[in-house]
Amino acid sequence: MIIDINFVGLIITSIMASAVPLILASCGELITERSGVLNLGVEGMMIIGAISGFALMTVTGSLIIAVFGAMLAGVLISTIFAFLTQTLITNHVATGLALTIFGIGISAMIGKNFVGIPGKEFPVLFGSLKDAIPFLSPILFGHSIVFYFAFALPFITNYFLKKTKIGLIVRAVGDSPDSASNQGINVRLVRYLCILYGGAMCGLGGAYLSMIYTPQWIENMTGGRGWIALALVVFSTWNPIKILIGAMIFGGLTIIQFHMQAIGVRIPVQFLTALPYIVTIIVLVVISRDSRKIRLSTPSSLGKSFYKDN
Amino acid sequence: MEYLWEEEKLIKIVKRDQPSRTIFFLTPVLAIFLTLVAGGLIFYILGFKPFESLKFFFIVPIADMYGFSELLLKATPLCLIAIGLSFCFKSNNWNIGAEGQLTFGAIVSGGVALLFYDQEGFYILPIVILAGAIGGMLYASIPAILKTYFNTNEILVSLMLVYVSKLILDYLVVGPWSNPEGFNFPETRQFSDSARLPLLVEGLRIHAGIFLALAAVVISWFIFDKTYLGFQMKVSGFSLKTAKYAGYKGKKMIILVFLISGACAGLAGVGEITGPIGQLHREVSPDYGFTAIIVAFLGRLNPVGIIFASLVVAITYLGAETAQIFMQIPKYTGQVFQGMILFFLLASDYLLFFKIKFIGSKK
Repeated sequence: MIIDINFVGLIITSIMASAVPLILASCGELITERSGVLNLGVEGMMIIGAISGFALMTVTGSLIIAVFGAMLAGVLISTIFAFLTQTLITNHVATGLALTIFGIGISAMIGKNFVGIPGKEFPVLFGSLKDAIPFLSPILFGHSIVFYFAFALPFITNYFLKKTKIGLIVRAVGDSPDSASNQGINVRLVRYLCILYGGAMCGLGGAYLSMIYTPQWIENMTGGRGWIALALVVFSTWNPIKILIGAMIFGGLTIIQFHMQAIGVRIPVQFLTALPYIVTIIVLVVISRDSRKIRLSTPSSLGKSFYKDN
Repeated sequence: MEYLWEEEKLIKIVKRDQPSRTIFFLTPVLAIFLTLVAGGLIFYILGFKPFESLKFFFIVPIADMYGFSELLLKATPLCLIAIGLSFCFKSNNWNIGAEGQLTFGAIVSGGVALLFYDQEGFYILPIVILAGAIGGMLYASIPAILKTYFNTNEILVSLMLVYVSKLILDYLVVGPWSNPEGFNFPETRQFSDSARLPLLVEGLRIHAGIFLALAAVVISWFIFDKTYLGFQMKVSGFSLKTAKYAGYKGKKMIILVFLISGACAGLAGVGEITGPIGQLHREVSPDYGFTAIIVAFLGRLNPVGIIFASLVVAITYLGAETAQIFMQIPKYTGQVFQGMILFFLLASDYLLFFKIKFIGSKK
């Protein structure tokens, strides 16, 4: 059997494309969690981003408005979460669940009028170089700007957390809110901003799905990606670079499923569809078994409310 | 500047020494009221008449006997699952995959019911019900065991298993279990009458599954209020450290509460397939397992509270259907209402821990 090297290149490209929404959402959630906040509303924020981006693109015709609008929608919906958990000191887990249920409902409600409308073509960068080098060209060139941004984001996030002062503040707030507060850091403000940033990235991840990847609006189209993104953060042990690896593995699982069906492998389609979820569980088990490692890398105040009596 | 502002401040928010018990049970009512107001606002924004919409959503569906029976029909699985979840949530275990446990319970009990599809006999129904409870327990034991022995996050595992269970069900009803005389519809044979829960009133859909829910309410009240086990669960919920210090067997307790909630969710699955549905097909539950999380919180994890909460939340299911038929309001409004109830409930919890004091301006 001769393996066509260009075909392999295309498969890698499609794996990378399906990893994009996971990378964006996970990197956003990673910052939120590093500040000590556990936001389980990723799925809800992504789906809100997906419908907002698609709806704005259809209504205004402007891709720029649509992309930024989707991020803004993610910010707005995460403001509810931030207000509840930070100002009203509610439980993070329950509030995040409410956000997901609410987001799925609202998106389906808005999306009712956008079902079946074809998407627009999203402009690609370096399109002319697409056939220049065999194998490498399809991987490197001819993608949307969101695609390139997603693959740069883990490195940016890593730099931000490790080398900048604000990154240090975020980590301090997540690891020891009391000492951070004593140092004069406004813990609540930092956490607010980290939550809103997470919302923006989840919104962008959702918009990538509905505007570039699919591209159309399908009800409930995130299909559990938000939850997989949450699992990826644990998988990465809160290290942005490892998110990249994790997202590629899960992207690969999604893509393999299509190709297996295409070559006619006789495995029930439902089993292949279930694969990413099953692998997520297995990976979580393997990662979490070493409880010491998890305890060392988890932000110490993750999911705990911070209240300062004044 | 800050000093000046302090001086002009008329109200002050003070932390309560102890959470107020009255407010503990009043805030759910406040949350429902705020949800109605916000819901009316959403209807208005969408271009519907707010009061008429709310009437179609919350009053018209339960205005007659049929509607009332439908309300109890929907409240039954919600109540049953929420009772199970209250065990988990009280002891600080976040089982959010009840939907998967329900589905797996339905698969196991449905499989057993299909074995007896051409038989009649009083013994069939108890076996089918038992199978459902066992199915739910088996499925809930996965996140429980992974949490206790492999330190794995139960939230993510239980949730991932929801997707897996729905795909297993899909595979079975399309493939090996599909009705041989069913023209390839994605459904199994009809169960025999002996595998069906009896109807309570002729002509209405309300069935004997409601007694399962009521039994769960009584049993859970008994365990929480009258047994040492219930006390241990509550203590673990307040403080894991205290529980450890007191020497409670933490791991066993985690597995136990998951098994209880799995059994309840599995029973809810049995109730659906042997009650109104009568066979297995793709959609055994309209997300009852997720909605029950809201019911559990709205009912304050209290057995009696959960009964009321399940009735209130069940209306959102019926209301969404009625509003869609009569006013073309999209049916997802139900989910929006459910999300809002939980938001408002959590928000009004603020009043539990803090009070607003009017202190007047000091000049």
